[in-house]
Amino acid sequence: MKRSSRLAVAAASLLLLAVYVLPLWHIDLIAPQYPEGLGLRIWVDQITGLKPNDVNSINGLNHYIGMRAIEPDMIPELRLMPRLLAAAIAAGLLVALVGRRPLLYVWAGLFALGAAAGLGDFWKWGYDYGHQLDPHAAISVPGMSYQPPIIGSKQLLNFHATSWPGPGGWIAILALATVVAVAVFEWRRARAPRPAAAVGAGMRAMEAA
Amino acid sequence: MSRSTTIRRRLRSFALLASGAAVAAGCGRADAARVGDVGDAAARVYVAPGKYDEFYAFFSGGFDGQIGVYGLPSGRLLKHVPVFSQSAENGWGYSEQTKPMLATSYGFVPWDDAHHPQLSQTGGVPDGRWLFINGNNTPRIARLDLTRFETEEILEIPNSGGNHSSPFVTENTEYVVAGTRFSVPAPQRDISIEEYKDAFSGMLTYARVDSATGRMTIAFQLRLPAFDYDLSHAGKGPSHGWSFFTTYNTEEANTKLEVNASQRDKDYIAAVHWKQAEQCVAQGKAKTEPARYAHNIMGADGIARTEWGSGVKVLTPDACPGLVYLLPTPKSPHGVDVDPTGEFIVGSGKLATVLSVHSFSKMQKAIADRAFAGEDHGIPVLNPEATLAGEVQGAGLGALHTEFDGKGNAYTSMFLSSEIVKWSLKDYKVLDRAPVYYSVGHLMIPGGDSRKPWGKYAVALNKITKDRYLPTGPELAQSAQLYDISGDRMKLLLDFPTIGEPHYAQALPAALIKDRQLKMYSLKDNSDPYASKNEKSTRVERKGRAVHVMMTSVRSHFMPDKIEGIQVGDSVFFHVTNLEQDWDVPHGFAVMGATNSELLLMPGQTRTLVWTPDRVGIFPFYCTDFCSALHQEMQGYIRVSPKGSSVALKWNSPSYKAGDAEDDHKKDDDHKKGDDHDQRGTR
Repeated sequence: MKRSSRLAVAAASLLLLAVYVLPLWHIDLIAPQYPEGLGLRIWVDQITGLKPNDVNSINGLNHYIGMRAIEPDMIPELRLMPRLLAAAIAAGLLVALVGRRPLLYVWAGLFALGAAAGLGDFWKWGYDYGHQLDPHAAISVPGMSYQPPIIGSKQLLNFHATSWPGPGGWIAILALATVVAVAVFEWRRARAPRPAAAVGAGMRAMEAA
Repeated sequence: MSRSTTIRRRLRSFALLASGAAVAAGCGRADAARVGDVGDAAARVYVAPGKYDEFYAFFSGGFDGQIGVYGLPSGRLLKHVPVFSQSAENGWGYSEQTKPMLATSYGFVPWDDAHHPQLSQTGGVPDGRWLFINGNNTPRIARLDLTRFETEEILEIPNSGGNHSSPFVTENTEYVVAGTRFSVPAPQRDISIEEYKDAFSGMLTYARVDSATGRMTIAFQLRLPAFDYDLSHAGKGPSHGWSFFTTYNTEEANTKLEVNASQRDKDYIAAVHWKQAEQCVAQGKAKTEPARYAHNIMGADGIARTEWGSGVKVLTPDACPGLVYLLPTPKSPHGVDVDPTGEFIVGSGKLATVLSVHSFSKMQKAIADRAFAGEDHGIPVLNPEATLAGEVQGAGLGALHTEFDGKGNAYTSMFLSSEIVKWSLKDYKVLDRAPVYYSVGHLMIPGGDSRKPWGKYAVALNKITKDRYLPTGPELAQSAQLYDISGDRMKLLLDFPTIGEPHYAQALPAALIKDRQLKMYSLKDNSDPYASKNEKSTRVERKGRAVHVMMTSVRSHFMPDKIEGIQVGDSVFFHVTNLEQDWDVPHGFAVMGATNSELLLMPGQTRTLVWTPDRVGIFPFYCTDFCSALHQEMQGYIRVSPKGSSVALKWNSPSYKAGDAEDDHKKDDDHKKGDDHDQRGTR
């Protein structure tokens, strides 16, 4: 690996430390009765409200439509994710230290897979919360489910829900993009004598991202 | 016979004088022109939906005993804050936590006559921390916390016969004062009313205000002659350290005051050097006399408690030379108002045809030169000419109160000629006059009695309403009028009705307090011993004939909502905790047959209502505050059985286990459960 690649990998790994102190994802809710808004902040190890009591308030509202209460203690991922993140950072630093391309490929692949799995898991939790409704709930709208989007906005009864990466999420995306770019760059460099169409495609995809 | 004829003649000549002066003063100017010259009045008071008023105004409720909070310039009523009077709307004075706030040495007094709101000041400027207000009838001073708009403290004033010249804070809220309007024997004793002159006292009370907590403590009382101490204002700037009290009935009459207290050409403004009083008290010149009075404080836990005072330090003028001087002022002066510079002291002689303006620096010189006209009860009376800065001639009739705009102008309310008169502090010339509808008492400019008035608006607080609004039977809402005083001429902008009978009012810019408002109580910090901070801890406990129901409310149910085992004659304490931690989600609680009120619970708050069922049956209770889409479903039932019934205490919350709730009737437990249906049959 080039020295600059190793530095980039080390920087991306260290950048991930910010994820411990910045929320990964924002879910914001606005309703006629809540002009000031309610919000959830999803962190690597916890779920908090935009304001001190928002989680409780959202749970209170959700009980009308039969959604389960969001209880961060009941979500095992919030205990697992900090450890996975620590492992990813350690592995990244190791890759930078050792400077071997195969290690980089494996690590970049695992990182990308992990991120995809994390998003998938997030979607699954959202799906379950939004679909597994208490049949005895006070408000039951046939055909209605309450899954918030991963990214974007959606009207859920009187609430307008908007979901978007938080600063921690953007940093993780940036770190992932860096690592993938370095991996692609190194892969291209290793194959430099033999030009390959696939590499070009990969680069273009990366540039688009 | 001849005396009453004289009086009648005198009154008639006064009336003639009144009409003459009115013409002289130019009252004939057409009202229509006055209203007509503000074509854009509606736009100037219009506050668009969702926008805020520029000022919060605090109007005393008068005989309503409360405070009305209005927005200016819109005149919109924002809140009615319970102070001295019970409020069934939210359980103030009915709930167990708030009942002690209305304790006095006379017992529970659920009403008072509230006159003069006073904002706390720092450096002579309203600081938005607290609002003080006097209770006239059962002498008291209350303090409201302006982060919550709730009454936090009520201090009873002993040795007072009517707390009118109160609370009138000093420049840095060192003190609030309480001068008695009605002199009485102090301490009280059984004597002839004829002994008025010799045996009655006019007590002025100084209550120290703690600068961190706002808490009041009676520091000392001044025993002054048996005059009627009407109104007051503290000095500021150069006159800081002094307070001024108007007097009437310096004749010391004890009957038919209407006439007998109107004989002298001049009564007094009593100038009290409270810094001197402090020194004399520190030197041990005050005597501690026994006095029992209630001091009610709302604790941080939301529970009011009464502390009992047992004595006061009483200082007499002869024990403390330089404590008080009397400034002769015509004629039964009502308001005494100190201009923003602290130099001018305006006495509004309500039966006089001129306004008297005393100069503080001249007063100081007169004291130094011993320019005394004599003594009254051993108190130096200053030479009238020696203190007078000037007189406003032809100002109007029935002058009551003066406020200031901070631009060198004064505004005086005229009760009889029913107008506000603007005059200059430079040359004492009348600059403008505006009619009011009708018979203004106090007037108010935001910060108008402070060092820095926000001289944009003036409000007239009128005593007579008549035709200003649609008629509502014999009793009419009191009328207030808003004037734009930003220009040379006052411009009438708005009429608005008020609650009770406002006397004085004060106002400050909304920006001072808007961002400091508490949105809810923290459930986590709720330390009420009967609070249930979650549904699991709700329960019902019997202690003899008392049953404590630890209940929660959250959208949209109570926990528990089904209770059995209550008996006729039990005292049932509903300790209801609002579990919400969401802004503006109060819950109410009301139970059928309750002889007191409802509870209104702010998020995170616990309040307790006592209910004593007097008959068997099933009694619904419900939420009274439309809290949510399922508010109507927020209800429950209580079963009341005959006294001595074996129906077990039972409720539907997670804490319930059969048979563990009762500390008596234990022996019956074994067969009781099986008997439930039989019991129901025997009712």
